[in-house]
Amino acid sequence: MTIAPRIAASPTTDYIPLKHPFNFGRWFRATGWRHLVGAVMVVFSAFPLLYVLSASLHPGGTLITANGLFSEVDLGSFITLFNLPQQPYAAWYGNTLLIGGITSAGTVFLGALAAYSFSRMRFTGRRAGLLMLVLVQMFPQLLAVVAIFLLLNGISDIFPAIGLDTQIGLIMVYLGGALGVNTYLMYGFFNTIPASIDEAAKLDGAGHARIFFTIILRLVAPILAVVGLLSFVGTTNEFVIASIVLITPEKQTLAVGLYQFVSQEFSSNYSVFAAGAVLAALPVMALFLWLQKYIVGGLTAGSVK
Amino acid sequence: MMTTPGTGRDRAQILAAKKSRQASRIAEAASAGLKVLLVKVLVLGIVDAISVYALFVLLLKQDWLVFSLVLFVTVVVNWIYFRVKGLPAKYLTPGLIFLLIFQIFVIGYSGYIAFTNYGTGHNSTKDDAVNSLILSSQERVPDSPSYALTVLEQAGAYSFLVTDPDGVITVGNPESPLSRVTDAETDAAGQAIALPGYTTLTFADIVANQEAIAALAVPLSDDPNEGSLRTPDGSAAYLYLSDLVYDEAAGTMTNAGTGVVYTEDPSQGSFVAEDGADLQPGWKVEVGLANFAKAFGTDSIRGPLISVTLWTFAFAFLSVATTFALGLFLAIVFNDLRMRGRNVYRVVMILPYAFPAFLSALVWAGMLNPQFGFINQVIFGGADIPWLTNEWLAKFSIIFVNLWLGFPYMFLVCTGALQSIPGELQEAATVDGARPWQVFRLIKLPLLLVSVSPLLIASFAFNFNNFNLIYMLTNGGPRDVTAGVNVGATDILISMVYKVAFVGANRDYGLASAFSILIFVLVALVSIISFRQTKALEELN
Repeated sequence: MTIAPRIAASPTTDYIPLKHPFNFGRWFRATGWRHLVGAVMVVFSAFPLLYVLSASLHPGGTLITANGLFSEVDLGSFITLFNLPQQPYAAWYGNTLLIGGITSAGTVFLGALAAYSFSRMRFTGRRAGLLMLVLVQMFPQLLAVVAIFLLLNGISDIFPAIGLDTQIGLIMVYLGGALGVNTYLMYGFFNTIPASIDEAAKLDGAGHARIFFTIILRLVAPILAVVGLLSFVGTTNEFVIASIVLITPEKQTLAVGLYQFVSQEFSSNYSVFAAGAVLAALPVMALFLWLQKYIVGGLTAGSVK
Repeated sequence: MMTTPGTGRDRAQILAAKKSRQASRIAEAASAGLKVLLVKVLVLGIVDAISVYALFVLLLKQDWLVFSLVLFVTVVVNWIYFRVKGLPAKYLTPGLIFLLIFQIFVIGYSGYIAFTNYGTGHNSTKDDAVNSLILSSQERVPDSPSYALTVLEQAGAYSFLVTDPDGVITVGNPESPLSRVTDAETDAAGQAIALPGYTTLTFADIVANQEAIAALAVPLSDDPNEGSLRTPDGSAAYLYLSDLVYDEAAGTMTNAGTGVVYTEDPSQGSFVAEDGADLQPGWKVEVGLANFAKAFGTDSIRGPLISVTLWTFAFAFLSVATTFALGLFLAIVFNDLRMRGRNVYRVVMILPYAFPAFLSALVWAGMLNPQFGFINQVIFGGADIPWLTNEWLAKFSIIFVNLWLGFPYMFLVCTGALQSIPGELQEAATVDGARPWQVFRLIKLPLLLVSVSPLLIASFAFNFNNFNLIYMLTNGGPRDVTAGVNVGATDILISMVYKVAFVGANRDYGLASAFSILIFVLVALVSIISFRQTKALEELN
């Protein structure tokens, strides 16, 4: 899957051949004003990110010193960040990667299993099942946050290892949303793989499990990457459920920990928060820009199909 | 056997079909291979081992409802994977189990909680409430005899090994009352000092866990009125009796000191005196529509609830409208092949979308800080504009920050949609004499709307519950001090639910769930209407 090719917007009547002498007014009307819009948008988009980067490089900085952009460049805040007595930043970071990684792997696997059966098999309840997937998407899990809290509270009475204040419990809750969110997207992509491939493999003696794991999963790899990434980003950003499930600071995720850190000492210790924010954003942004073209394809596949 | 030729042929066909089905099944089974079978048996073995452990624990706790549920699920799962037929179920079951528990069940459970008084002071069963009331009002009996005590530990829980003044040896812990033991080890004075299966705490252990041991109260018998033993020092225990006397038959709690009688009120889940004073904690009961009556019937809650609902709709609608407008505008601006460096602009404009959203909200909260923030200090030259603390400015700030967060998505989506519109349409229109604006207004926009309207609806649904932005940017503030619940001017429904249920000392799960039900109804209505609308749009195409 790639981005829809950037085909030529059809030749327009006022097309200017290159050998024409340069005329600023004409250039401005044709493309120059677009660069002006672009410049404004670049400042608008990038400024808050530069602001937080500059704040993180200003050790001991407060909210007010953060206003002097890049007046000082020093990595001191990053060192402070890992030595905070009350806030185990390194643990938050590890937890976020762990919970996000397991959740996104689980989501991809459960979603792909379901999408395969919906796409390749015909059974009673198939239409109803597909309809249910669409409906479930409308009701995100966070609406039932109170019930999730009380359910995990009940589970802790019987099995403390998977109840409240455990990461396994949180991951299980997230996996509950696995089918709801992305299976429909995967289902659409599975349908674009010709069924004749399965049939050929079947004639050659491959069983359904073999067809699924060795053939289909490889062909749908782009959508698996998109769903995995969206799930990872979603888990990283998730605050509501993580904040009520994880209570011990060492078990919390970045979203919960950094929010509490900021609400306790917002303006006085801003550079340390900024350093934490920069480090937290790095893996997500790197993944995002690296897989950019798949994501854009995935976003539009839902609509432009 | 006499059959007509016709039915004979039918039967032959059926037989043939049966045979081919059988053959394909055998082929399937044969081709599955040893490896797949091994993995299957291994995974099922692990699942079954966990279930057996869970069943064992539940058996000990005598929790029969959950026991039968776990047993049922385990049997069904094994049946699904060991039978030959029913292939789709094998692929759907893993996801469905999680979906059923953590998405479908919890929605139903929210519905149930909305009809209870679950919350601070009504957390548990009536027995727990009685025990905790009696425990919390216990005082040492002035002439209590001294019981010789050894503190024991087993699996992280403490027990009391007690030798009473008559030399009778008993053991007990806060969960199970004292009971006689005969196999305890005694010292020269006849005092029990150890019990098989338990570890005796040393003096150093007692000092290290002083607080936890001082908080222990071991009941003398099953009847809470008989009082319990407590120890101030870990070596001698004394009898503690409660001021409150519980009469199970009459359902009353009597304060022995003042003589006030508190009568059990099943509709409220607590013991209530005649003058209306109640004892805390109470217990959880079903209260019918009381939470809904409270939400819609109390002026101090109904007013905020209505304004929060209106703001939720306004916020979601304005967010979609502003991000879509900007995204579409940019998509048109940058969808021109003659322009150089479009990719550079594109990558920079995607950055806000790639930056984790919860961090964006926190960073903007810093930039918009009235006293120290960049916006006031640098851009407005030291002005004191209350971006996040004035009701209307806070609303504006939220929409503005959400525009920053959301326009890249709309830009990407609109660019994709614009590029998928065939170029011939524009050519044909231009040949027919349409002006660029007419081409856009009459041809491109309708086509674009058809393809992006499902995404606009999804975006609306997402923003309807955009908890992170609200909670991290303004925390719902500025707070409405006249409201009966903790709610502010920029709170949306889901952040109100969170605050009522989890923020502050007084948690009200019942009321919060009632609000959740309201969100469910609203979301369902919006989706029904919007799905109808999109169908209409598709028919236009």
